[in-house]
Amino acid sequence: MSLLSLEGLTVDLPTPRGNLRAVDGVDLALAAGQTLGIVGESGCGKTMLSRAILQLLPKRARVGGRVMFEGQDISKLRPDALRRLRGPALAVVFQDPMTSLNPVLTIGTQLVETLQAHLAVDGREAVRRGVELLAAVGIPAPEQRMGQYPHQLSGGMRQRVAIAIALSCEPRLLIADEPTTALDVTVQAQILDLLARETRRRHMAMILITHDLGVVAGRTDEVAVMYAGRIVERAPTRALFHGPRMPYTEALLAAIPKLDSAPHTRLPTIEGRPPDPTRRMPGCAFAPRCRYAEGDCVVGKPGLGPVDAGHEFACWHPR
Amino acid sequence: MSAPLLEVSDLVVEYRVGGRIVHAVSGVSLGVRRGETLGLVGESGCGKSTLGRAVLQLTRSTGGEIRFDGHSLTAMRGETLRKMRQRVQLIFQDPIASLNPRRRTGDIIAEPLIVAGVRSRAERDRRVRAVMEAVGLDPDTVMNRLPSEFSGGQCQRISIARALVLEPEFIVCDEPVSALDVSIRAQILNLLEDMKNRYGLTLLFIAHDLAVVRAVSDRVAVMYLGRLCEVAPTDALFVRPAHPYSRLLLDAIPMPDPDIRPIEGVAVGEPPSPIAPPSGCRFRTRCPRADAICASEMPELRLLAPEQYVACHHPLTGS
Repeated sequence: MSLLSLEGLTVDLPTPRGNLRAVDGVDLALAAGQTLGIVGESGCGKTMLSRAILQLLPKRARVGGRVMFEGQDISKLRPDALRRLRGPALAVVFQDPMTSLNPVLTIGTQLVETLQAHLAVDGREAVRRGVELLAAVGIPAPEQRMGQYPHQLSGGMRQRVAIAIALSCEPRLLIADEPTTALDVTVQAQILDLLARETRRRHMAMILITHDLGVVAGRTDEVAVMYAGRIVERAPTRALFHGPRMPYTEALLAAIPKLDSAPHTRLPTIEGRPPDPTRRMPGCAFAPRCRYAEGDCVVGKPGLGPVDAGHEFACWHPR
Repeated sequence: MSAPLLEVSDLVVEYRVGGRIVHAVSGVSLGVRRGETLGLVGESGCGKSTLGRAVLQLTRSTGGEIRFDGHSLTAMRGETLRKMRQRVQLIFQDPIASLNPRRRTGDIIAEPLIVAGVRSRAERDRRVRAVMEAVGLDPDTVMNRLPSEFSGGQCQRISIARALVLEPEFIVCDEPVSALDVSIRAQILNLLEDMKNRYGLTLLFIAHDLAVVRAVSDRVAVMYLGRLCEVAPTDALFVRPAHPYSRLLLDAIPMPDPDIRPIEGVAVGEPPSPIAPPSGCRFRTRCPRADAICASEMPELRLLAPEQYVACHHPLTGS
C-alpha cells in the first residue's frame, strides 16, 4: 500500500475573473521512505497541490478527488483528527522560514510547544529533545539558540529551525515546498544535504517541491513535472533526465544554462508563456508552445500514461 | 591594451546602520573593457549590488574612484553626473517592482528621453517604438497598457527597453533573470545577448547563479564579503578556479544531472556579518586551507595565470 496516494485531485479557486482550476486531476502515489520531486514553473499548481495534501488550502477553495494517507481519505477528516495527524504523520517546511516561524516566540518555545502538542512529554523532556533536534539539524550552540528569536538567526539557520520543528514528531511524510529558494547556493547545498540525511536516517518519505531541476536531479527517487495544474510526466529521476518523453520536460531541461557550454552560447527557449488558468481549453495545455504540436493536440487532453518501467507521460506525440 | 571603459579603483562603500558601520564594499579594483560582459558573482550581502549601484553613483562611495571612459564619476555632481548617466544604465532584479504601476508602458520607456531633454514628442515616440520592437514587444498592443497587465518576463522586456532607449554604452544588469522562470529566463538571456551585439554594449552582469553568469560572461569576478576573491576569464574560472571560495561556489551548484551525486558536506558555515568582517582574508573562517597568515594578512589580488587574478595566500593549483 502506498503511504500517500492522490486520486483525481482537483482544486478550484473562485477569482474575480472566474473559476481558476489550480490543480486539474492529479493522480499520484508515493511509497514509504521514497523521495519525490515535483517540478514546475510559477503558477503550475505545485504549491496548491502541496496545500491540498496538507489540508491547508484557503477556505474558498473547492477540492475534488481523494487524498489517501495510509489508507484513509484525509480530506474527509474532522479538524481534531487532522490535528493529530499533522506532526507525527505529515509535516511541512515552507520556502520562507521568516513567515512560518512566529517572530515573537523564542525558538525554544516553538519547538517545545510542538513537541508537547503531539507527544506525551513533560517540559524538561521537551526542552532536552528540542536541544537535541537543533544539534541534529546542524545548529551550533543549540542551548543558547533555544532562547533566541527568529530574527536573531540567519536565513539558513531559520530554515534549519523550521526543519527541526517539522522533524520533531518523527513524521512519515515531509513536504518541503521550495525549501531552499530563498537561500544562497552554499547554504542551499547544506539544507539539501540535511534533508537527504534525515530522510535516510528516519526512513521518512519526502515530497520536494521546486522550480529548479538541479535541486531534484541528485536527490530524489522520482520526479513529477507539472504544467498548468496537471502532471505531464512522472518517472524515476534518471529516466526523466536521460529520456524525457513529454516535450515540455525536454524543453525545460534544454533551457537550463549548462556549466560546460562556452560563453555566449544561445539558449534554447520555450516561446510564449503558460495558459491563463481561468480559461479552460480542450486540448493539451502545452500545445500552443509546443514545437511538435499537431491538430489532435488542441482537440483532446492527453491522459497520463502508459506506464513503462514507472515512466508515464501525458502527450499525443511523445519524444 | 586600451584603457577599460569602466575603471573601479580601490572602491569603498560603507553604510551606517544603527550606529554601526556596514562594510559593504572594502577596497575593490576592477576594470570592464569596452564590448565585454563582466560577470560579478557572490552570495547575498557580499556587496555585489552595492558595487553595481556605486557604478551609477546611486549609492555614493565612501572612498576610491570610479572612472567611466576617462571621466571620474565619483567626482561628479548634479547636472554633469546626470548627463553621464545617459551613457550608463541599470536593469533591476524585480521587473514588476521597478516599473511604476500607474504609468503606461509607452510613458515608462519614454521617461529617460524626457529626462535627457528630447523635446519632440514625435521623436520620442519614434525611439520608443523602435526600442520596443528591438526587445520583442509589439508597440501597438503594449504602448497604452499598465505594467500589471504583463507577466514578469514581459515586464523585464519593458525594463530592458527603458534602459536601452537612450542608447547607452554601458548597462549594469543586477540579477536581471533571478525572478524569472526557467523557460522565460532563457528568452531574456538571449535578448540581452542580442541587444549587446546590436547596440555594441558593455555589460556588468551581477548574479548569484553561476550557470547564468557562465552563459553570458567573458570574464567573471567573484566577490565575498565586500572584497574580490578572483577575477578570471570565464572558462578559466569554471575549469580551474584558483580561490577556495570560487571552488566552493562551483561545488555547491545543484547540477541538473542525476548521475552527478551531490557531494555531501561540501559547504560549511555561512558568511559572517559585514558589520564585523574577519581580519586578514575575509573567507578564512570557512576556508579549508586557512592558516595563521590568513588571519593576520589580507591577501591582495595577484596574477596567477594569464588574466587570472586571485586574492589568496594558498590558491588552488592545477584542477
